[in-house]
Amino acid sequence: MTPDRKDEIRDAVQRGLAIAIAAAPFGVLFGAIAVDNGLTIAEAALMSATLYAGASQLVGVELFNHHVAPWLVVLSIFAVNFRHVLYSAAMAPHVRHLTFWQKATSFFLLIDPQFAEAERRADAGRKVTYLWLMVLGASVYFPWLALTIVGGFLGNLIGDPRAIGIDVLLPIYFMGLVLGFRSRANWLPVVIASAAGSILALHFVGSPWHVSLGALAGIAIAAVLPLESKAAEEPAGEPVEEGT
Amino acid sequence: MENWFHTQTLLIIAAGAIATYLTRIGGYLFIMRMKSIPPRAEAALNAVPAAVLTTLVAPAAVTGGLDVSLTLAVAFLLGLRISLLPMLGASWVFVMILRHFTG
Repeated sequence: MTPDRKDEIRDAVQRGLAIAIAAAPFGVLFGAIAVDNGLTIAEAALMSATLYAGASQLVGVELFNHHVAPWLVVLSIFAVNFRHVLYSAAMAPHVRHLTFWQKATSFFLLIDPQFAEAERRADAGRKVTYLWLMVLGASVYFPWLALTIVGGFLGNLIGDPRAIGIDVLLPIYFMGLVLGFRSRANWLPVVIASAAGSILALHFVGSPWHVSLGALAGIAIAAVLPLESKAAEEPAGEPVEEGT
Repeated sequence: MENWFHTQTLLIIAAGAIATYLTRIGGYLFIMRMKSIPPRAEAALNAVPAAVLTTLVAPAAVTGGLDVSLTLAVAFLLGLRISLLPMLGASWVFVMILRHFTG
């Protein structure tokens, strides 16, 4: 194994385990709530293994217990996960060099922090390789699966998640991820537009569509603001000659 | 095996998994249909991380109650100074102490 690959694996494992630690309370919480809502531990584990999307899993199991029509449960899961469409679009330039199957498998692992880490790696000018993506994903996927099963066995021993502050962990974590992108072009206007958009959409449209609508507000702002990139600095007309 | 899985639950999980996977490849498939990405679209894609992740924070900050708003404000200030996991830990301790004293 080349030193480069070793370095990639080490970087991916470190970042992956940090994500797994932050996600751990939710894995346990999901397992516990799933079993409380009548799923078996095997079903909860299968859901973590195949959906692998925490927020939508929690929404899904909450609906299981309310005699909601099955198609409505699936639609809710789809709506909560709709933001991934934007992630996979934004990932396109970073994964262009991968083969079909490499894309097909690495996109399966595309969760919020996986996307955030991949974007930051690209920002740092480092190549987003298949090895790095899969090691990062696996370092989160298997702990997530294991913690779901642990939560399933613990069941209602967990008690009220609010009492131990688990309800605020996720917003805090995502805020940390948002701050990680603060050196990007137009970061502040994008954040303000998304924040305002999501709050308004939550009020007037409702959850979970406020996520996609709020995100579109921020993305639209980025699209209409003056371009800061090198494309904007280079005048469209004749190239400026140096040293004349 | 019969006690492990129920047919209807299995079908919902399978459909949910397929729907989720489609969201994870959908944006890529859409972008790949374009021959080249115009600069404005590139700027828009560049804003995706901050734009999406913000929507997972902002509503909680205004609808979650004073304790959540205060904790997120503290987390924001900490996040400008220290890295993610220590920030998460410190903010978690903060909210638990806050709730302990305010009930």
